[in-house]
Amino acid sequence: MSNRIRFKHIVAVSLFAVLSACASQPQDAAARGEVFDPYENANRGIHKFNLGVDRFLFRPASKGYVKIVPDPMVTSFNNFAENISLPGQAVDYLLQGNLKQSGNALLRFVINSTVGGFGLSKPADELNLPPVDTDFGETLHVWGFGEGAYVELPFYGPSTTRDAVGVVVNLFSNPINFSPTRPADNLGVYAEVVRRMGDRGRFSDTVDSILYESADSYAQARLIYLQNRRFELARDDEDAYLGLYSDPYADTGTDPVRDPYLDPYEDPYEDPYAE
Amino acid sequence: MLNNAMNRRTFAATALAGLAVAGLPQQTLALTEASATQLVNSVVADITRVIESGKSESAMLRDFEKIFVQYADVPIMARYALGADARSASKAQMREFTKAFQGYISRKYGRRFREFIGGEVTVKNARKIKAGYEVRSSVKLRGEAPFEVTFLVSDKSGRDKFYNMFIEGVNLLLTERTEIGAMLDARKGNLDQLINDLKKTG
Repeated sequence: MSNRIRFKHIVAVSLFAVLSACASQPQDAAARGEVFDPYENANRGIHKFNLGVDRFLFRPASKGYVKIVPDPMVTSFNNFAENISLPGQAVDYLLQGNLKQSGNALLRFVINSTVGGFGLSKPADELNLPPVDTDFGETLHVWGFGEGAYVELPFYGPSTTRDAVGVVVNLFSNPINFSPTRPADNLGVYAEVVRRMGDRGRFSDTVDSILYESADSYAQARLIYLQNRRFELARDDEDAYLGLYSDPYADTGTDPVRDPYLDPYEDPYEDPYAE
Repeated sequence: MLNNAMNRRTFAATALAGLAVAGLPQQTLALTEASATQLVNSVVADITRVIESGKSESAMLRDFEKIFVQYADVPIMARYALGADARSASKAQMREFTKAFQGYISRKYGRRFREFIGGEVTVKNARKIKAGYEVRSSVKLRGEAPFEVTFLVSDKSGRDKFYNMFIEGVNLLLTERTEIGAMLDARKGNLDQLINDLKKTG
């Protein structure tokens, strides 16, 4: 038992070391839509490794999975994985100070786990509740941690130093793992792998075109990940602020540090006609 | 600015109700805003018509290229995607590159049309931006949660045309600029070779 606690302490301490060490990105670089990739060489090595894993293991397994398993069942397994991530998301929303969404995530979990048959279907979707989608990376973002450097994680794929910490924390902090009666240890992790296989199989053409048909798949994956992640984080803020201000865009200033809502819309509207 | 004057949520609701811009206080902007929205609706309708035509894939890809040329400001998109190298390119090279780019984009994105069968696009709102208008829409594909697609429309070419698109925050032009830049690097900056290869890519 004491071993376990000590291990957890080490993990926690090292995570914060990573966070503080990697927070060296100039604060407004992300705001200007720039890519901060000081570990590019190492990242490209991991990218090569990940491509190999995908080509020989993940891609064939995923394509086989969606071919053999009927489509509605793949959807059910996806629902299951999503559902058991909900208690963890409720905790993240709580840490972000978003009580409403925290309650929403829990309500969805209870409904889907009971009426939805262990979360295999999602009856909570019919209730017109706002969508639930958060993680510990977002919690760190809400707490004011910067994006940090771009990193590609082995087996996992594109991330940033901040979001990588989030991934590790989410992996080991799913409340399901601490419940007295649980079907298996780390069930959430296995479910997530199956869910990723479903997505990899279903969208294989799109993923293949990025990984295998582009001239520089590393640069494509990096750009797509960073843009999408920044959009996700800004969009959630926008929703949160709609209730407070009549229009979050009305008072966007020119200072991206003081005004974080400026960022995702600054670079995108770069005017190609200006060139 | 339009947004200063009204609550964005009210605006979205109004647009959704099909009233679009008719009931909004600033009538002066209404026409272009309506036409920007109209442009999105017609391109979606045209693409849907092609997808549902049941033609062969190659015939569909040719149709997609026609739609792309009709609705998008292809020269400015090609120029942006080529980046700094566009400045040193000759007029003939730019013409050739633009043509190759237009086919490449139509094939690359047109080939995924199957993913869009049965999809629904709902225009949520439009607002003024520096170069023209931003039209936000929500796309619902079968069995998937809706995602956001934003079109940027401008009349700087002389007609209302798209010049960029964002899918869940991913900037199409910027992504293509990165891709074209990588292709150019792989060919040691040889633009003519890139043009030739681009004709066969996608």
